[in-house]
This record gives sequence, C-alpha cells and structure tokens, in this order.
Amino acid sequence: MTRRGPSRVSSHAHGRSHGRARRDWGLAAALLAPSLSILGVFVLYPLGRAILLGRQRCDPSGDNCRTNGWHQYVDVFRSREFQQAFGVTFRFALMTVPIGLVLGVALAVLVDKQLRGMGAFRTIFSSTVATSVAVASLMWFFLLEPSVGVLADWIGGTAKNPGLLHSEGTALWAVAVSSIWANLGFTFIVVTAGLQGIPADLYESAYVDGASGWMRFSNVTFPMLGPTLLFASVVLTGRAFQSYGEFDLLTGGGPNGSTTSLTYLIYGNNSLIKNDQGLQSASAVLLFIVLLALALLQIRGVEKRVHYGN
Amino acid sequence: MASVRLESICKTFDGVAAVDDVSLEIHDHDFMVLLGPSGCGKSTLLRVISGLEEPTSGDVFIGDVLVTDVEPKQRDVAMVFQSYALYPHKTVQANIEFPLKVRGIATKDRAARAAEAAESLGLTEYLHRKPAQLSGGQRQRVALARAIVRQPAVFCMDEPLSNLDAKLRGETRAELVALHQRLASTFVYVTHDQVEAMTMATRMAVMSRGRLEQVGTPAEVYARPGSVFVAQFIGMPPMNIFPAGAVEASDVLVGVRPEHIAVDDAAPLRATVSHVEQLGHETLVHCRVGGVNAVVRLDSDAPVPAAHSEVGLVLSNRHHFDPVTTKRIDTAGDR
Repeated sequence: MTRRGPSRVSSHAHGRSHGRARRDWGLAAALLAPSLSILGVFVLYPLGRAILLGRQRCDPSGDNCRTNGWHQYVDVFRSREFQQAFGVTFRFALMTVPIGLVLGVALAVLVDKQLRGMGAFRTIFSSTVATSVAVASLMWFFLLEPSVGVLADWIGGTAKNPGLLHSEGTALWAVAVSSIWANLGFTFIVVTAGLQGIPADLYESAYVDGASGWMRFSNVTFPMLGPTLLFASVVLTGRAFQSYGEFDLLTGGGPNGSTTSLTYLIYGNNSLIKNDQGLQSASAVLLFIVLLALALLQIRGVEKRVHYGN
Repeated sequence: MASVRLESICKTFDGVAAVDDVSLEIHDHDFMVLLGPSGCGKSTLLRVISGLEEPTSGDVFIGDVLVTDVEPKQRDVAMVFQSYALYPHKTVQANIEFPLKVRGIATKDRAARAAEAAESLGLTEYLHRKPAQLSGGQRQRVALARAIVRQPAVFCMDEPLSNLDAKLRGETRAELVALHQRLASTFVYVTHDQVEAMTMATRMAVMSRGRLEQVGTPAEVYARPGSVFVAQFIGMPPMNIFPAGAVEASDVLVGVRPEHIAVDDAAPLRATVSHVEQLGHETLVHCRVGGVNAVVRLDSDAPVPAAHSEVGLVLSNRHHFDPVTTKRIDTAGDR
C-alpha cells in the first residue's frame, strides 16, 4: 500500500499535468492566431513567394514565367548591374549613416540643457520626422535644381551647371544630403531619449572631479549612449539600403546609373530589369539577405562594447 | 585638509528659498554632519560647498580662499553621491582612477594610487570588475575610494549610506569614522538619519526649512536642544513637549525626554497608560498626561504598568522653550 500510494498520486499528477499542458497549448494557439495569421499573410507568404519568384524569368506582363533555377540568385548577384547598384547603395549608406548619427548626437547634446527656449529648438530639430520622403525630396529638388533652386544660385559652379543632381560626381552626395536631413528628426529624437536616460549625478561627479566638457562627453555621454547609437545605426543602415523615394524623385537613378541604388534597380522606372518580376524578386531577396547580414554584423561587432546599464 | 566657512548663504529656486541665510563654520578635520528632514536644504547647502550650485547670495570660503565663483575643479573637494554615481561602463579601477585621469596624472602613477586607495578600502580583488558585479556596500566603497584617491581638502558626502541595508549601514558607519580619523581630513556629510549624525559627527548642524537650527557636538545638541524642532528631531522616541501649564505652573513649553520620566505611583503628576510596547531591551509606555500624549522609556527589568491603568510620573532634566519662538529658554533648573 505504502509503495503503491505515491505511484498512484504520481500517475494522477502526470495525467493532470498532461491535460493542463494540452489546454495551455490550445489557449496559446488561440491567443497567437491573430498575430500569426497577420504575420503569415503579410510577411511570411510574400517572402516565400518572392523567394520562389526569384528563381524565375517573367515576361513584362508577369503572366508567363519560367523557372530558371536557384543559380539565378548567383547570376543576379554577380551581374554588373547588381554589383554597381550594390556599390552605390553601400556608398550611400557610408555617407548617410555616420553623418546622420554625428549630426543627430550633436544637435541632441546641444539642446540637452534646461534653458529657456530649448523646447522650440527640440521641436524644430525633430520636425523632419513628420516630413514624408516625397515632401523632403521635393523640397531639396527645388533647392538644388539649377532652373529653380536657390542653393544652386548661391553655390554656383557645378551646382549651377549642370547642377548637383545632374553631375555624376555630386548626384549621390546631393541625394545623401536630402536623406540625412529627412532622417535627422528620427536620430535626434532617439538620441534625446537616450540622453535623458543618463543619470545627472554621473555628470556632476565628473564635473566635481574636474572633467572638461569634452571629457564628460567622451567618458559619460558617449559610452552611456552606446545602446541608443547601436539601435540608431542599425535602423539608419536599414533605411539607407531601402531608400527609394529620394532616388526616384531627385535623380531617377541617373546620371548614367550613378544613383541607381538596389531599391531603384528593383522598382525604378528607368531600371534595366523593370520588366522582369523574376529578376526584381531575386534582387529584392538578395537585398534582404545583405541587410540581415549587415544588421547581424553591426550587432555582433559592437554589442560587446555597448553597456546596457545595471 | 581645510576649513569651510559659509557666510549668509541663500539659495532660491524659482523664488522658493531652499537655503535661507545660513552661516556656518566647519573646522579643519571636522566630521560635520548636516542633519535635517527631507527638503530642509541640507543637500543644496552641500552642493553649494562642492560648487555644483551657485548660491543666490552669500560667500563660500575653503581655507581662507573665497571660492563662491570658483569651479569645483579648483575647490579641491570630492563628492560621494547617494547613488554612488559610479560609471557603469568602467571597471572599478577605471572608476577610481578617473579623477586622476582628468587631472592628467600619468598612467603608472594613477594605477599605483588607485591600487593604494582600493587596498585601504578592501577593494583590491574587485579592481577589474564592473560596478554592476558588486554589492551595494562594495559600490559604496568604490565611491569612497574614488573620493580619497586624489586626497582632496574637503570630502562632501550626500547620504551615502541610504541605499544600504540596516546591518551594512551600521558597519559602514564605523568604517567611515575610521576613514575620517585615518585621513585626518574635513568631512561634510548630509543625512536625515539622526543615528548616523549622532554616531559619526564630531559636530553637527541641524537644519529645518532652509535655516540652521543649531550647531554643536552630538552630545551638546542632544543634551541642550536649541529649539522644539531640534528637541523632537534628535532622539528616538522624540522628546515629550508639554504645553504651558500642563505639567508645571509656568507659561513656557516643557520638554522631557522619555528616559527622564520615571513611574512612581505616589507621584502627584497623574497619567493614564494608553498602551505599552515591550521591545526587549526597553519598554515604552505611551500615556496621556496633562491633556497630551507622552512616552516614557523604562528599563527592560522595570515593572510594566498595565494598559488603561493610572500611574504617577516623575519628570527630571526638564527643558524649557518659548511658546512663541519655540526657542530654548535657559534657566537654572534645566541643566
């Protein structure tokens, strides 16, 4: 009796926990179903379709596609057009991300003071976050276009003829300036939030110890902003690689493909592959892989040096 | 090693006076505790001394040098914050070395002095850890090591023990006293905890509502409180304050500490016991006397009166206070 008692209890308990686990799974599935269905319909299914479509070549109508095999991905990656667009996109990211981060941090640090009127500056600096790419691009177009642009008149030289947007040497920089401006509000807000999370007594301690403004920035502000800067750099890199509106509205991928980014190669009106959904899909999937690899590299490479607090 | 002199210091924030006309002399080698309830201006006063706040009016002298408009760096003060303010991304060693680094001291000298400071506070084995990997007490010691490493003239400490548990607080109090004696330096220490003030201070300044209530040694302040506020702020349970005419035929307030009241059934001053708290080492008898509540402290071996019973009380060591100003009135009988 004494030996069977506990085993009966144990088998009962086992059966109960089994039934409870089944019920928990049912409840979990029911709760997850709405988000899973949205994820499936709007993310996973299109991603799967795009991956499959990337193996195909299609006619301009997209109705007739034939399978070309997985090696199409390799062919697209090795193609001159993809490599050139990848180079343009990479240079664009190298221009926009560091400059955008430096400007965002500089502006946020400048207005991170309890002084009268700082609220107005915070509003101004963060306002570009509410400006669409289309509006920002049109604004910069009107500033830079030689026939109507104010800046073109002021700067003169190449800016006037043929115009910064029309010269192979300056077009990518001109688009980058527009993009940096448009993304500045986002970086400013994120860094401002990061700054507000730094305890004031760290600064006061450094101040009493005799640290100069630069030492307080380099020993307190910058390291304490690590997680914020990592987040902002991953997001800005993603945005740079996915930028499309600026290229379409400001340069249309030109002149001579000098601003044909990966996204413009995929979607753009002047793109060589605009009539082949298969090649467009292959390029889009390759862009996805590149972005994934870059984000992982950034996070893995920097994370160990980033301090996440206590 | 220096004295600190505050002359008529006022500090207002948006028209509200945090510190109101405070003059205070802190002697060389003093362990001066600024004591008072939250919002009394003690931390603001400490920040004025350290240079983190500029006084609205008045002057600060360190030694004989007027430093009112001098940057903290030139004042030669070190500050220990309530939160310790350790740099979470730096190791213990880098934290301790930081004040030396900003002064441009060579790496080798920095390391030697940091090691010395760490050793004096028992931190040698933690030098390569980050603050997050330390206990509260160890972090507090790192903050102290960072303060002592550059041998400042004055140490300013803003409630450095308030984040520690009761046991550790007791141990650290003793360590701070030993540190003060070893360094033979001037400490200015802010706390709202009267036990810290009584056990560590060589002199204490009691503050209330931005003003200085009384300055003296802990024994002086306890034995001869300068006002009703001080009398009730120092001592636990606080001093009993009886209104004029309640326990003696006079027109002044009468203060008696709980340990200076004895129970004697034959005494003419009658009281009704409300309830009794037996704490093991002592017994607190709460009673109603002369229309006010009073607390009597009895030794643990004294007979305990029953609740709701009537007892007689004998008052000794009476203190007298002006009913209008609430300031102490010195009479021959209150000593």
